[in-house]
This record gives sequence, C-alpha cells and structure tokens, in this order.
Amino acid sequence: MCLGIPGQVVEVTDAEKRIALVDVGGIKRPINLACVVESPEAMSEAPGMWVLVHVGFAMSRINEEEAHKTLELLQELGELQEEMRNAAAQVA
Amino acid sequence: MQYVNEFRDPEKAQVLIREIQGLTEELGATSESPIRIMEVCGGHTHTIFKFGLEQLLPDSIELIHGPGCPVCVLPMGRVDDCVALAEREEVILTTFGDAMRVPGSRKSLLQAKADGADVRMVYSPTDALKLAQQNPEREVVFFGLGFETTMPSTALTVLQAALEGISNFSLLCTHITIPQTLQALLDTPDLRIDAFIGPGHVSMVIGTEAYGFIAAQYGKPLVVSGFEPLDVLQSVWMILRQMQSGRCEVENQYRRVVPDSGNPAAQNAVAQVFELREFCEWRGLGSIAQSGVQIRKEYAAFDAEHKFRVAPQQVADPKECQCGEVLQGRIKPPQCRVFGTACTPQTPLGALMVSSEGACAAYYNYGIGRHPEPQAA
Repeated sequence: MCLGIPGQVVEVTDAEKRIALVDVGGIKRPINLACVVESPEAMSEAPGMWVLVHVGFAMSRINEEEAHKTLELLQELGELQEEMRNAAAQVA
Repeated sequence: MQYVNEFRDPEKAQVLIREIQGLTEELGATSESPIRIMEVCGGHTHTIFKFGLEQLLPDSIELIHGPGCPVCVLPMGRVDDCVALAEREEVILTTFGDAMRVPGSRKSLLQAKADGADVRMVYSPTDALKLAQQNPEREVVFFGLGFETTMPSTALTVLQAALEGISNFSLLCTHITIPQTLQALLDTPDLRIDAFIGPGHVSMVIGTEAYGFIAAQYGKPLVVSGFEPLDVLQSVWMILRQMQSGRCEVENQYRRVVPDSGNPAAQNAVAQVFELREFCEWRGLGSIAQSGVQIRKEYAAFDAEHKFRVAPQQVADPKECQCGEVLQGRIKPPQCRVFGTACTPQTPLGALMVSSEGACAAYYNYGIGRHPEPQAA
C-alpha cells in the first residue's frame, strides 16, 4: 500500500500547480511535484530529476549520491570477503 | 529500471547473506533460539516473500510480519461505513484498488459495486477530485486510507478542493500512524521481538527521529529500510552489527530516498488538514490511542464523516479469525484455524488474506504452509 516507484520527470505541464509528466517504468503520468519542488518558479529545474512516486504525488527526490554509496559499500564488503577467503586459502 | 535493478543484484545478496551468517553465529543465535526481527511494513513482507528472502537467511533469524498494511488492519465497521455511503443514490464512492475486496460485516465494496452501487477505483485522490468536477450533480467521496506515506496526497487534495471551491468532494479519512502503533505493540505483554526493520516510505515523510523512543526506551534497534532485496538484507545485517557491537540505535539504510528529517512540505500539508484522533480502531489489534488522524474543523466541509453524519461504529472481527495473533507475531499464518480452509485469497475472512502485503496472503500465494502445521495446544 505504501508502494513507491522511482520515476524521472520528463516535462512540466502546469508550473502553477506544480504538475509534470513523469516517466514511471516506461509509462508517462501527470504527477504532482508540490512536495519536492519549492515553488512554481523552481519547476523549470524539474525535468531530468528522479523522484519517488506514490499515488500520483512525488514524495521524495532520489539522492543519486546516496544510492551510489550504498552500492559501493556492498561492493567493498564483497571484495573484503574475497580477500579473506584468499588469505584463508593461502594459510591452508 | 534505474534505482530498482541494481538493488536486486544476486552476487551482492550472497555477500550480505554470508555476513549475516557469520554474525548470527557470533551472536550465538540458533534455530531454537533465533533473533526475532519484525518488518513493520507490508511492502517489506511482500519483498521477503516475492524474493524468497526467508529461505536465503539462516534459520537463526526469524522474521515476524508486522501490522504495516493499512488494508489488513482496516476494521470491518469502516468498510460498513463505506458500503453505506456507496449505497446512497447521490454518491460516487472512490478508493484505491486494495480497499475494494476487504470484507465488511455485510459486504465488501466490490460486492456493493456488483449490487449496483457507484464504486470506482482510482489511482490517486486527485482522480477523485477530477471526478467531482466532471459530475457536479453527484457527491464524490474519496475513501482515504493508509499510513503517513499517503496522508500528504489526501491532504493536498483537500487543500486543492478548498482552493478551487469544489463543494461536492469529500474525504472519508481512515489514515493511521505508525509510531503510536509500534508503541502499543511494544507495550503488549510478553512480546518477543528483538529488533525492527522500519518502514521506508512512511519515513520519507515523517523522517527517522520519530522512532527514537523505540531504541531509547524499549531498547530495540530499528533500521529504516528500502524495498528491494538488497535493502532488506542490508538492514538485517545492520541490525546484527548493532547487536554485535552492543549498540541500540535508529539507523537509516534507505538514504537514497529518506532524509533524516523527512519531507517538510508534506509534513506541513498534513498538519494543516489533519489532527490526531483520540482513538483509532484497528482490525485484530483493537483500539489504539492517537493512532490515527481526522480532518480539522476548518476543513469540515470536505469531511465525509461530518457531511454524511457517519457515526463511529464497532463491529467485532469474525470469531474464528486469529488476525490479531498473527499481527502480534504470536502465531504464524498457517497456525490460524481458518488459514487455507474457510479463509483464502479468493474468499478472505480476515483482512490479512486480502492484500498481497498481508502475511496470510503471502504465505498462501507463495506456497508456504499450504498444509497447516498442527496447532500447539
């Protein structure tokens, strides 16, 4: 029920109401950006932005840097395991 | 799909599983005495079953499927309210698809629709507002349910209706709140839960600070988690790391979506339209103080409860259902006396069988416990 799906803003359709077309998994829907874009003036910066969409409203801007950090951490964890396995194999 | 596929990488999942195995051994957990982690949100329950995470995790970890599925905790009396409203000649009753099949004491909304009531499924509350504009001679009621994740969308829709003076639109508000519910759960005697996987999308609205009391007062670690398999596994790993190092904190695994302070614009909209309700009725859990919201007096014109004089009513859950015990983690779904027999996803008795996020429907659909284990005396 609290489903949220990542989408990318394609174009602004109503700056005053802060509505834009957002590509959600290949389907373009009008989405309300009032919770992620401060003002109608700031809507010009919205295209290209990644947002999390819930029942027709963007509820969060996706933070690319944080997404990258999470994946990087898991990558490093995997490399560390590999090293430890190799080290253990050498001792044996 | 970006921000989805990369968080389903099986190799990285294996790395996490190995870390988790190591940590559970270090912590001395066994299948007889497992570490019990409740995933609060039905979205996590869905991920866990869809990707078979329980089978991947060592059996020294037990996942308890929590109450965080708004459809599953929707009390029967509220469904009856909706059906009664839908049966009024002038009303078009609109709601999310999930709410359509929840059984009421007389019928579900889907049955009411089949019997001729004007019930329509919408994707967004704004679709309901549009329907009101297109049908000025009718009364459009939006049955708004859900946790903090969904509250901003209905609040903003009410504000829009007020701004545009759309007087034939109203909201039947059944929004419920997570932190108060977790507190009530934590106050349940002999509850055996060691830690929580916190709801990611509720948290993108309210932030992570709202859970501070769970770590500070109840001594349970909580990690706010995303909804892909790597997110859930990483959250389990983060919980175990806290236990291993003797920490007990609220941590945020889902930083790409959840800022620690939540979404201030969404919080403002919610505060403007809603206020805490003194008591809120939950299916299976009973009445919990301040666990839901109602529409403020200023917006009474858009409050369906006010407009149609909906009186609060209490309808007891079917006696044979054990939804409450499942929600509290006391029994597993197959141990319920009607699981898979009188209660199935096709003909649900209890709400946990209705939604794909409900623990019982998940057990049934993914073939776990098709043959109910004998019940402990």
